[in-house]
Amino acid sequence: MNPPGLPVSGAPLLALRGVTKRYANGTVAVQGVDLGIARGGFVSLLGPSGCGKSTLLRMIAGLVPPTAGGIAWEGGRRPSLGFVFQDPTLMPWRTALDNVALPLRLAHVPKAERQERARAMLALVGLAEAAMRYPRELSGGMRMRVSIARALVTEPEVLLLDEPFAALDEITRFRLNNDLLRLWEARRFTAVFVTHSIFESVYLSERVVVMAAHPGRLHADIALEAPAARDEAFRTSPAYAALCRTVSGALEGAMAA
Amino acid sequence: MSAASEGGRGGAWARVLAPLLMGVLALGAWEMAVRHFGVPAYILPGPVDIARTLAADGGSLAASLMVTLRITLLALLIAVVSGVALSVLFSGSRWVEMTFLPYAVMLQVTPVVSIAPLIIIWVDNVQAALLVCAWIVAFFPIVSNTTIGLNSTDRNLLDLYRLLGASRWQTLVHLRLPAALPFFLAGLRVSGGLALIGAIVAEFVAGTGGASSGLAYRILEAGYQLQIPRMFAALALISLSGVAIFLALSLVSHLLLRRWHESALPGER
Ligand SMILES: Nc1ncnc2c1ncn2[C@@H]1O[C@H](COP(=O)(O)OP(=O)(O)OP(=O)(O)O)[C@@H](O)[C@H]1O
Ligand SMILES: [Mg+2]
Repeated sequence: MNPPGLPVSGAPLLALRGVTKRYANGTVAVQGVDLGIARGGFVSLLGPSGCGKSTLLRMIAGLVPPTAGGIAWEGGRRPSLGFVFQDPTLMPWRTALDNVALPLRLAHVPKAERQERARAMLALVGLAEAAMRYPRELSGGMRMRVSIARALVTEPEVLLLDEPFAALDEITRFRLNNDLLRLWEARRFTAVFVTHSIFESVYLSERVVVMAAHPGRLHADIALEAPAARDEAFRTSPAYAALCRTVSGALEGAMAA
Repeated sequence: MSAASEGGRGGAWARVLAPLLMGVLALGAWEMAVRHFGVPAYILPGPVDIARTLAADGGSLAASLMVTLRITLLALLIAVVSGVALSVLFSGSRWVEMTFLPYAVMLQVTPVVSIAPLIIIWVDNVQAALLVCAWIVAFFPIVSNTTIGLNSTDRNLLDLYRLLGASRWQTLVHLRLPAALPFFLAGLRVSGGLALIGAIVAEFVAGTGGASSGLAYRILEAGYQLQIPRMFAALALISLSGVAIFLALSLVSHLLLRRWHESALPGER
């Protein structure tokens, strides 16, 4: 399900060709990954712990150089990226507002403008009231929202998320899932979402890429045909259950592989 | 006002009152013992005697106190500037750290009393020599703590800065230095006390008299003249200065960290 106005086919935004990562200690974290990601899509990377999901994401972000293979962006230019870590990764000495404004500050955006944009972004994640609070004065879920706001404040074309909700309780996680979908529908950034939760991957994404471990490699690539509206009704629908079963089967295959 | 913060307040009061009460009791016992056993003032003066001397000689002692404190604070300031600068160099390059750290350690473990005479010979100006001695002892805790702080910056935050294309300078100013602040402040509190000790020790070794002499010289002088109450009065001033420096630095630390750092949180969690 591609949104209207966006190309269905053609050159992907991001193309990985034979991407391999061998760490200095000899661990082959990722081996020979070929993967194309279309603009505006929502892709989940799903796999057991230690299968190289984080490594792959960090290579896409340019934080870790691949040992072999290539990562090519459309037009040969890396688009603007937002990265959300597993932990909120906020600066404890800065207020929520200043944390969100950080990317703008480092880019020398004038103070008035960056504060305004950071405020707007905080409001978008439902934290307008908490702008002047410090991270330790926020709950875990609120911190994660701040982290997402920070990643989106520069309006990046691509958002990379590394198990952002893994540490949260289910109620909070469901709510943040919905928030993330709402943001994605509004902004249509390209999302690459690392998770180890089958349910989360099916709920959020249009496509689930299943990875196998030792060495980390692609195992299955599942396009999800789901209704456009993902809401609480979808969570309890038979279609959702069927999709979860499909993905679960693929994951079991990956574990056995 | 919640019960938790009431409890925190009670705790804070106890923290001040308990040692104060203990001090008053100890001083009272001391005074009583001196009177009861008829100990002469040139062996052990009582607190009342010392207080009387402090009131009478306060002027000349206060002038010496200012001399000592000036050396102490100046040495501390230089230690902060040079210590933080060196830490930044250390954390910027493994090579610099490997090359210089052993010497910083050597400077630290060598007792200042043993090098003070040399420094006083080498450095013409006595004030400068005292400053160097105080700086030597105050310098190390700041360097070692700040270096640890700079090196323990959150990996993910460093990655984030890299991802955002931050310059080395931006990463230092916006991330690594603030992250090192609690470590630096812990070092600073130790260094404050050490700077005073360094200054006093150096004054003892230098033994300079005259108008610009510090408290240590007053102690020596009073000792020669068997003015034991005056010795105690000078000693009391030194202790009180040390405590005041510690409290002042603790306050600075608290004010800087109270909003965000675990160490500075009030009773409520
Ligand atoms: N810096 C590193 N040096 C050496 N080996 C590493 C390093 N980082 C990760 N690895 C190894 O690479 C493999 C993949 O790690 P990675 O963190 O990418 O897995 P993951 O799929 O994200 O796991 P999880 O779901 O637990 O986060 C693991 O075996 C891990 O031990
Ligand atoms: Mg991971």
